[in-house]
Amino acid sequence: MLDNYLPVLIFILIGILVGVGPLVLGYFLGPRRPDREKDSPYECGFEAFESARMKFDVRYYLVAILFIIFDLEIAFLFPWAVALEGLGMVGFVAMTLFLGILVVGFIYEWRKGALEWE
Amino acid sequence: MELWTSLPVIVRILLGIVAILLPLLGLVAYYTLAERKIIGYIQVRIGPNRVGFRGLLQPIADAVKLMFKEIVIPTRADKGLFLLAPMIAIAPALAAWAVIPFDAGLVLSDINAGLLYILALTSLGVYGIIIAGWASNSKYALLGAMRSAAQIVSYEIAMGFALVGVLVAAGSLNLGAIVGAQSGSALTWFWLPLLPLFGVYLVSGVAETNRAPFDVAEGESEIVAGFHVEYSGMAFAVFFLAEYANMILIATLTALLFFGGWLSPFPQAWVDGVFLLDDGFHWLLVKVFFFMFVFLWLRATFPRYRYDQIMRLGWKVFIPITIAWILVVGLAVVYKLPPWWAV
Repeated sequence: MLDNYLPVLIFILIGILVGVGPLVLGYFLGPRRPDREKDSPYECGFEAFESARMKFDVRYYLVAILFIIFDLEIAFLFPWAVALEGLGMVGFVAMTLFLGILVVGFIYEWRKGALEWE
Repeated sequence: MELWTSLPVIVRILLGIVAILLPLLGLVAYYTLAERKIIGYIQVRIGPNRVGFRGLLQPIADAVKLMFKEIVIPTRADKGLFLLAPMIAIAPALAAWAVIPFDAGLVLSDINAGLLYILALTSLGVYGIIIAGWASNSKYALLGAMRSAAQIVSYEIAMGFALVGVLVAAGSLNLGAIVGAQSGSALTWFWLPLLPLFGVYLVSGVAETNRAPFDVAEGESEIVAGFHVEYSGMAFAVFFLAEYANMILIATLTALLFFGGWLSPFPQAWVDGVFLLDDGFHWLLVKVFFFMFVFLWLRATFPRYRYDQIMRLGWKVFIPITIAWILVVGLAVVYKLPPWWAV
C-alpha cells in the first residue's frame, strides 16, 4: 500500500532538483557584474521611494479568510463524494443540510459586501 | 519484460520519472514556440522564423540565451526566499505528474488518493508566487503577488467544487478509476452530465495559471511583470517553465476528468481492436493538445479582465453554479440516472 507512494516522494525530490539545476547552471554560466543601479528594485527608472513593504488592502486578507472556510468545506465534501453511492438518500440529505448552512454564511458575506471589489 | 522486472525498484521508478519528465519538458519548450506561432498566425503575423527551419530551434536558442544571462539579485531582496520561490513554483507543477495515468494501467504511482494529491500540489503553486513577490522587495512584485494570490485562491474554491462534482459522478479519487467510470462513448464522458462544472473547471484552470484573460498578476501595462519583475536569467526561466508545465497539467486533467482520457469517442463495440480508433494513449494526446490550444486561443482572443470582474466571476458566479450542480449530480447518482449511473 505505502509502496505506491514511494514514486511520489522521489518525483517531488526530482521536481525540486529540476528547479535547482537551472539556477546552479545560470549561476556558473552567467556573468556577475553587480552595480548599485542594477541591483536596486525596479521602479520605472526612479529612485525607489518608500519601502516596498507597504500597507495593502484589507480585502486581500478577507479573501484569504473566506478561502480557508470554503477550502475546509471542500475537504469535508471529498470523502462524502466518494461514498455517496453507498450512502444513498440519507447521505444526500445530510450533505444538503451541511451545504445549506454553508450557503447561509455565503449569502451573509455577499449581503455584507465582503465580495465587492470596487 | 524480464529485464524490466529484474531491475531494482528504485531504478524502475527513476526510469519511469525520466520517461515522464523528458517528454514533458520537451513539450513545455515547444509549447512556448507553438504559443508564439499560433498567436502570430491568429494576429496575421508569422511568428518566430529565423532560428532553424521555420523557427523550430527557437526554444533551444531561448534556453541557451537565458542560461548565459546574469541572475540579478536585488540588494534589498531576501536572498534565501528569493531563490527558493522559483523552486517552490516548479516542484509541484512537475511532481503532480506522478499520479497522472497515460493509458489503462500506465501510471507511475497508482494511489487511491490521486485527485486529492493533485489538489494539494496545485495549491502549493501559490506559495511560489507570493514568496517571490514578497522576497523581491519591490512594489510591483508585491502588488502582482497579492493580486495573483487572491485570484488563485478564489478560483481554487470553484475548481475544488468542480472536482467534488467529478468525484460524486465517479465515486473514486483514483484518476484511472475516474476515467474508467466514463467508459462507453463520447456521450458517456462526464462533460455532458457535468457540463457547467466542466466550464467552471476550464475557466478556473486558466485563472489558476494566471493566463490571459486573467493575467492581472503580470498585467504588463500596469505592473510591468508582476511577481517576477525582479527575476532574470535562469531564475525567470524556472517560473516560465512552471507556468507552462501547469498549463499542460490543467489541459491533461481536463481531458482525464471530463473527456474520458484515453477512451475512444466511439462506442466500444464499433472500434474494438481497430487500429488507432480503439482506446489508447493517442486519444489522450489529441485531447490534451486540443485543450493546450484552447489556452492559446483564449489569450489571442480576449482582452484582459478587470480585477473586480475577475473576483466577481469567481465568487458570485462560479461558486453558486458549482454548489447547485453538486446537488444535481448528487441526486442523479442517488437515483442512478441512466445512461451514466445505470446499475
